[in-house]
Amino acid sequence: MSETMAPIRGADKRLQELERAVVRFAGDSGDGMQLTGEQFTTESAWAGNDVATLPNYPAEIRAPAGTLFGVSSFQLQFGSQRVYTPGDRLDCLVAMNPAALKVHLRDLKPGGLLVINTNAFDKRNLDKAGYASNPVDDPALGERYRLHKVDMTALTLEAIKDLPLNQKDKERTKNFFALGLVSWIYTRPLEPTLEWIKKRFAKNTAVAEANTRVLKAGHAFGETAEIFAEHYTVEAADMPPGLYRAMTGNRALAWGLLAAAERSKLAIVYGAYPITPASSILEELAMHKRFRIRTVQAEDEIAAVTAAIGASFGGAIGVTGSSGPGIALKGEAIGLAVTAELPLVVFNIQRAGPSTGMPTKTEQADLMQALYGRNSESPVVVLAPATPGDCFYIAYEAVRIATKYMMPVIVLSDGFLANGSEPWLIPDVQTLPAIDVHFRTEPEGFFPYLRDSATLARPWVRPGTPGLEHRIGGIEKQDVTGNISYDPDNHDHMVRTRAEKVRRVAQEIPPTTINGPATGDLLVVGWGGTYGAITAAVERAQAEGKSVAAIHLRHLNPLPPDLGHILREYRKVLVPEINSGQLVRVLRAEYLVDAVGFNRVRGLPLVSDEIHQAISQLLGATS
Amino acid sequence: MSASGAGAAEARRYTKKDFESDQDVRWCPGCGDYAILSAAQKMMPDLNIPKENIVFISGIGCSSRFPYYMNTYGFHTIHGRAPAIATGLRLARPDLKVFVVTGDGDGLSIGGNHMLHVLRRNVNVTILLFNNRIYGLTKGQYSPTSEQGKVTKSTPMGSADRPVNPLAFALGCAATFVGRAVDRDLRHMEEMLKRSAHHQGAAFLEILQNCNVYNDLAWNALYDKDSKLRHELRLEHGKPLLFGPPDDRKAVVMEGVTPRVVPANEAAESALWVHDERNVNAAKLLADLWAPDFPIPVGVFTAIEAPTYEQVLLDQEQRAISDRGPGDIAKLLTSGDTWKISSEGG
Repeated sequence: MSETMAPIRGADKRLQELERAVVRFAGDSGDGMQLTGEQFTTESAWAGNDVATLPNYPAEIRAPAGTLFGVSSFQLQFGSQRVYTPGDRLDCLVAMNPAALKVHLRDLKPGGLLVINTNAFDKRNLDKAGYASNPVDDPALGERYRLHKVDMTALTLEAIKDLPLNQKDKERTKNFFALGLVSWIYTRPLEPTLEWIKKRFAKNTAVAEANTRVLKAGHAFGETAEIFAEHYTVEAADMPPGLYRAMTGNRALAWGLLAAAERSKLAIVYGAYPITPASSILEELAMHKRFRIRTVQAEDEIAAVTAAIGASFGGAIGVTGSSGPGIALKGEAIGLAVTAELPLVVFNIQRAGPSTGMPTKTEQADLMQALYGRNSESPVVVLAPATPGDCFYIAYEAVRIATKYMMPVIVLSDGFLANGSEPWLIPDVQTLPAIDVHFRTEPEGFFPYLRDSATLARPWVRPGTPGLEHRIGGIEKQDVTGNISYDPDNHDHMVRTRAEKVRRVAQEIPPTTINGPATGDLLVVGWGGTYGAITAAVERAQAEGKSVAAIHLRHLNPLPPDLGHILREYRKVLVPEINSGQLVRVLRAEYLVDAVGFNRVRGLPLVSDEIHQAISQLLGATS
Repeated sequence: MSASGAGAAEARRYTKKDFESDQDVRWCPGCGDYAILSAAQKMMPDLNIPKENIVFISGIGCSSRFPYYMNTYGFHTIHGRAPAIATGLRLARPDLKVFVVTGDGDGLSIGGNHMLHVLRRNVNVTILLFNNRIYGLTKGQYSPTSEQGKVTKSTPMGSADRPVNPLAFALGCAATFVGRAVDRDLRHMEEMLKRSAHHQGAAFLEILQNCNVYNDLAWNALYDKDSKLRHELRLEHGKPLLFGPPDDRKAVVMEGVTPRVVPANEAAESALWVHDERNVNAAKLLADLWAPDFPIPVGVFTAIEAPTYEQVLLDQEQRAISDRGPGDIAKLLTSGDTWKISSEGG
């Protein structure tokens, strides 16, 4: 059984502490961090969260500016469930100056969000904080944390340059920039703070106007810079021994490709057009030229995918990555790869739509697009990672399947997985299944569409191979010879053959892992980035003694061969998705089961508490 | 790694026949494409490249059937995208000689964006753009190079669009080779095919081509014997811009910053405009000349040297490897910030 098909990495972690975040604002005691934290607390409470806070400020009324002992901070934990403590380790740290960074960085989780006001990182402040060199310039900082360097002071001054306030008063409003920014990141409502500003500065309209504008500028900056939040984290209690690192989904996709390049000994050409939330894959890959990864920042989405197809035609591994709007543009070209029967890997980092939608918000609504979103019948393999770290294995597996079966593979990640980070057990790459690419060189008996009997794959021929010169294209071709053909029966045969090729990938799928009893009252079926929320909800229901099991699909086309059987072992089937019911539709159509959906399309990850309620309701109806 | 289409050393001696595929050619009888195909097949042995190292890429349209008829590697892709496919192919395989065959619709309308970028990047591909000023495969709608007011099936009262000038467009995209040939002038066309195919970088060759079914004699200014004699200006590097019959010889000269046509015998030798393929600005002026007020230039408008896109990228790759060694995934995975958990729950 193939290694990448093993149960989802992280499935062995016990989940706790879901749907909450710990945020700390830290700065100089004159930076207004307490006020910022208090306002953020109000916003969170207003949003319906439970909150616990921890203000922390120097004993001196005005400690010397910029010093370590002059640092003031405000920490809070908020969550959709009961929150009992202000939290231990931070998901997000806002550091307004070097001293704040120095004092608080150690509390930030690896992979946590680090927002820095770069303006304060001048020689004087660095000296006071005891930094020999500017820590912001150290690449390791961006390696370890999701670092956002923001010149808050300059952006603040720009937002209010025309207001009749002196420079010092203007600069003082920058804490509202930080508040606006973090409010954007965690989708907090601005209304309570706007109200507060109005009341507090009723007599000083210029200051009220300044604070309002700066707050909104910070919020708008978050939107423009497209900073993602980690809305909840999956805390691991019992971690298997080994060497760990923090891993985000997009980096894992990129590194999975690097592993595939190394194991297959092939060059990879990655074509992409910048788009949120997929751009960081292009940026990551561009740093690793040593792995023979050739990146093309193409002129558009279509050029990105067609450059990848051209590379595959040349005998390299063609990969493209985008988000839903870009995938829509690539549709015709993906169809070309289907009919030309060339390997192609397509990453879709899903985001909320339609159209531009909410680029920084997550969604799972491109499943139907992946399955059917091309003209005519153009079946492709569809895979979906369950966790950020799982993206590594899925990317590798996508290359393996695409090259083995000579066809496109679409990987459905999402904005939440892409930017989410988890502790990741570093694998031994040599234990991954081999990617054995065989290029045909033998002219005797060669035809472009001669098929392998097990996979139905046609031969992959590198141009440059003598005696095998041939032409392929998007026009329907006769099976085996590859000659242009408009023969009706041949077309019917080719349509079926392309579908059968995809079906045969089922032989790569291991038995489905069932979390819970093999038979019972309810089966919860999930896919993609909802893994954490579903698992937490199901385990809670199991702890309550309910007869519930869960499976999480990483193969969406073809579906696991044992799925039909598993579905029938439970009286009810629940399918939670961040769409209005796509997988549930597929399961109902494919297996004639009365599966029901649990659907929230809010641009946010599913909330496990709500899934738990849905489970309870369904089971209530059962008994 | 040479970007020139390697393997010249092992090249066998070919004839035109070696480049003819076994497929039936399916263009309309009388189509100008036949002449271009024949000239291309005839020119190929001159490249001195093993034919397995040659790839023809096309999009959609009559011209895009071309790869099927060349006994080399070929890929007939989707509408307008051939330049992008070729870019990816060159990046994966800089050892291959890559041609792009396209038309005025494929290359300048649906694929205009890709044409812009393949030219500005200077990808090492030879682009043959068959310009017949009409949509042939879709049966006779006007194209982006059709003259304004063109009456076609989709423009019964005449087209409102102003046409694009392919050569001016290519020069505007910073193409490093820009040339023009005519389908009915075989010898010159062969010469132009050779020149463009030997160019290092993105070569853009416009071939004026007759669609005898939907736009017959669109290029009659260069087909009609008398008109050709009066209007054709053969561009030759180092030669003055002289054209017209012996008894009515004319010269193109610059008057201030404006090209003018004057009787050749009235132009002082020092005032003659001597063609220089390395002068891109001059080429831009030449690209706009057309009959009846001016001659119609054919030949190489410009040919300059510049680094190719794929060579720059591959040099970066080599530098990264020589500086830090080839990539090692095991090292990468354990690089940076890691931590050990030594036992369950640790």
